[in-house]
Amino acid sequence: MKSFTVLQGLAAPMDRANVDTDLIIPKQFLKSIKRSGFGPNLFDELRYLDEGQPGQDCGTRPLNRDFPLNYPRYQGASILLARENFGCGSSREHAPWALEDYGFRCIIAPSYADIFYNNCFKNGVLPIVLDAQLVDTLFEAMYASEGYQLTVDLERQVVVTPDGKEHTFEVDAFRKHCLLNGLDDIGLTLESADAIRAYESKWRQQSPWLFDVIK
Amino acid sequence: MGGKTLYDKLWQNHLVDERDDGSALIYIDRQLIHEVTSPQAFEGLRLAGREPWRRDANLAVPDHNVPTEVRERRGGVAAIADPVSRLQVQTLDDNCRDFDIVEIEINDTRQGIVHVVGPEQGATLPGMTVVCGDSHTSTHGALGALAHGIGTSEVEHALATQCLVQVKMKNMLVRIDGELQKGVTAKDVALAVIGEIGTAGGTGYAIEFGGEAVRNMSMEGRMTLCNMSIEAGARMGMVAVDDTTLEYVKGRPYAPAGDMWEQAVAAWRDLHSDDDAVFDRELELRGEDIKPQVTWGTSPEMVLPVDGVVPDPAGMENESRRAATERALEYMGLSAGMSITDIRPDRVFIGSCTNSRIEDLRAAAEVVKGRHVADSIKQALVVPGSGEVKQQAEVEGLDKVFIDAGMEWREPGCSMCLAMNADKLGPGEHCASTSNRNFEGRQGFGGRTHLVSPAMAAAAAVAGHFVDVRDW
Ligand code: SF4
Repeated sequence: MKSFTVLQGLAAPMDRANVDTDLIIPKQFLKSIKRSGFGPNLFDELRYLDEGQPGQDCGTRPLNRDFPLNYPRYQGASILLARENFGCGSSREHAPWALEDYGFRCIIAPSYADIFYNNCFKNGVLPIVLDAQLVDTLFEAMYASEGYQLTVDLERQVVVTPDGKEHTFEVDAFRKHCLLNGLDDIGLTLESADAIRAYESKWRQQSPWLFDVIK
Repeated sequence: MGGKTLYDKLWQNHLVDERDDGSALIYIDRQLIHEVTSPQAFEGLRLAGREPWRRDANLAVPDHNVPTEVRERRGGVAAIADPVSRLQVQTLDDNCRDFDIVEIEINDTRQGIVHVVGPEQGATLPGMTVVCGDSHTSTHGALGALAHGIGTSEVEHALATQCLVQVKMKNMLVRIDGELQKGVTAKDVALAVIGEIGTAGGTGYAIEFGGEAVRNMSMEGRMTLCNMSIEAGARMGMVAVDDTTLEYVKGRPYAPAGDMWEQAVAAWRDLHSDDDAVFDRELELRGEDIKPQVTWGTSPEMVLPVDGVVPDPAGMENESRRAATERALEYMGLSAGMSITDIRPDRVFIGSCTNSRIEDLRAAAEVVKGRHVADSIKQALVVPGSGEVKQQAEVEGLDKVFIDAGMEWREPGCSMCLAMNADKLGPGEHCASTSNRNFEGRQGFGGRTHLVSPAMAAAAAVAGHFVDVRDW
């Protein structure tokens, strides 16, 4: 997992409440054998005018020019501004996979669905909760100035607006530690690699028939 | 302090590390891999630049998507007609090659349903921890192993670290005392237990099956029983090691031999619950009381003895139960008060990781021998659980018995259990199925599944409706 320390990036809007995982990535893409490459199908139904199919070249599909993420001014965005209950619906990890693959490393919203919130941390995406009014202000400021950039400092737990104002946010200490150091669940377990090796060599002595048989 | 249960012992033996939050790091001895839940796990490894921790702990086999038609099968992976299925099987081949993991490929005679292949090859053994990205991994607990299904992120986790982060379950003992009636099998016991405790009855527990009837079961029967623990809500089911276990394991390709065998047996002899072990919950059933079972609804707990009648929601006090029953009856196209024996299947499916082992096929063949499936049956499929089961059945001439009876004899795979390949039900069709799940649409959109034992499925095929196989 990529570590997350300080992110300075362009903000883009997803200006509606209750965006569900189906909207983030429609279910026909779940048949895929991949976990990368979902970026082109992020918000597929909103971004394109036709119905997307897995494995299709999205470069040739008709774009919905009215969808903000298709506006030139939001190209290259890495911070998504969103509304209440973002990521509701199923538990599929495809949703954060798609956001991450598209280039979003951070989401700012007043609230999230539980499982989605967890899944973001597992996949190197930082979901920040800010007060609904503050999120409103950020939306307005972003709409008002093209190229609106935010700085997110995870270590200090602040979002910094272009005028230098700092807004603090909460994050669970353990999750923060994992994200700062790029530790996913696997990375975390691998911190116990010595213990695993010690166990393994003892177990190998006790039960040698469990080792080196399938090869 | 009381003694230890089998589950306690298996847990203790695999404990790498305990954490403050109550979770533990558990060492995994064997991971079985199939084509549906592994692609993203392998890709995750690739993206993170990780290697499998221990290659020899893994064994892969494609099963969910493989075609079972002899003709389509002959051409191997390239000939799989459905492009999504072909891609998944091909991806498994590619990943196993890239990561140097042993795979039993599609047309290897050892290929089959992962839960049939594991024990058959001795790849799953007593005392092991076994995981697979499939909920019916509970099957392997029949060998006295700690075995359960996991999700794709955990498949990747087990590949990369040889461990999983787990929280210990509570202990439940399901004891089946006495003797089973003739014609009553492990499948009926499993369904009867689920009927008793419900599909959430085992949630949070590791179930151990014991008692005289279980001790007298063959390994095939014990596997059927443990297989369906998950339908009772328990991620794992297990049976203590005894002589039956050892006889079954001895001589299997990946099982220890010679001195190592003796050493292993000495260790495996301890794999039972201590006499003074305390279980958090116990359930007792009398073997004699269990009749052949048939599910009538859309959840495995909607099950009745074959001499029962379809329940009437009108009389139910519990509102959610009444609503669920009404919905199920409507989906299944059945009316309250109808005799189970009046239900007429359109198709019959004998197969799946629950009931596709040699003993299952023998039981079905015995019922249909010298008879013919009823005219009203559109299709009766017999799908052996593995290439080895198929070979053995052919040596015994069972294939002829089925074919003479008007049934189709197929290549091994999951087949109509979940309808990921071409074998499926049409809308509204009833199926007498030896599989494990009767959920809406499981065997095909709008399909209506009745879970039964192989002998009961075979008898229904011949009679054209469910019959009590005890009278056969
Ligand atoms: S036979 Fe059915 S239940 Fe068993 S592994 Fe295959 S699909 Fe799953």
